[in-house]
Amino acid sequence: MATEFTPFLSLAGGVLIGIAAILLMATHGRVAGMTGILAGVIPPVSADWGWRAAFLIGAIAAPAIYTAIGGSIAFAVPVSAAALAIGGVIVGVGVTLGSGCTSGHGVCGMARLSPRSIVATCVFMATTAITVFATRHIAGGI
Amino acid sequence: MRITTALIIGIIFGLGIALSGMANPAKVLNFFDFAGTWDPSLAFVMGGALITTAIGYRFVFGTRKEPLLAGAFSLPTNREIDSRLVVGSALFGVGWGITGFCPGGAIPAIGLGYGSTFLFMGAMIAGIAVTRTIINARARTVRA
Repeated sequence: MATEFTPFLSLAGGVLIGIAAILLMATHGRVAGMTGILAGVIPPVSADWGWRAAFLIGAIAAPAIYTAIGGSIAFAVPVSAAALAIGGVIVGVGVTLGSGCTSGHGVCGMARLSPRSIVATCVFMATTAITVFATRHIAGGI
Repeated sequence: MRITTALIIGIIFGLGIALSGMANPAKVLNFFDFAGTWDPSLAFVMGGALITTAIGYRFVFGTRKEPLLAGAFSLPTNREIDSRLVVGSALFGVGWGITGFCPGGAIPAIGLGYGSTFLFMGAMIAGIAVTRTIINARARTVRA
């Protein structure tokens, strides 16, 4: 299934993600890594769960508000429910062992030139590309 | 104050994710599908976010000794590139490639209200909880 090439919208979205990361560092002194922020509100919750929960609620509310006021956001899931369940567990295991995901390692860590984050990002970008090739062009879809 | 700012920053983050296409699994998977329906949009997301953050961080760390609402910057201190980092990141990529969802994309996608997002989130939280329990149990064993 093809998707529309949206360079300007994607760049604008990326800049907003960057602005959020800068503001979270300037105010709370924290990296805007979704894995770390989410982990703090999953039992056993961390002592500073309040700002984490507020950040997550804001992140969830934003697309809801945007669509409620008439904006449209493209969304499609081209894989099966079984793939979502199995892949979801693998993502959960991976981000916990690897201490981060696209936002934490790929944006905040790379922006700090953290060697750990650079290695993590190169590794997951590579395995994602290999997995997409394998599932789509070898297995013929999942 | 801390809660309110975190809420507002979360809204900016979620809007950025949603507008960029990172919350759309079809778009994410197409970014990696060089041999098929390739959509290079996500390069603009990563590029825009990374360059903005790099410049902004430099400014923040260059002008302030501590953050506005906290006593100190809490930056990751682990510098070791170990097998846990590599294996974990590799697994994350496999899961991202299977589903098109990453944590940063899936959480704002909850706000769009699709059942598939909830299914992914439930599975991911289960994966996080189980892995954390095993890591913590091992750490206790090593200490004892």
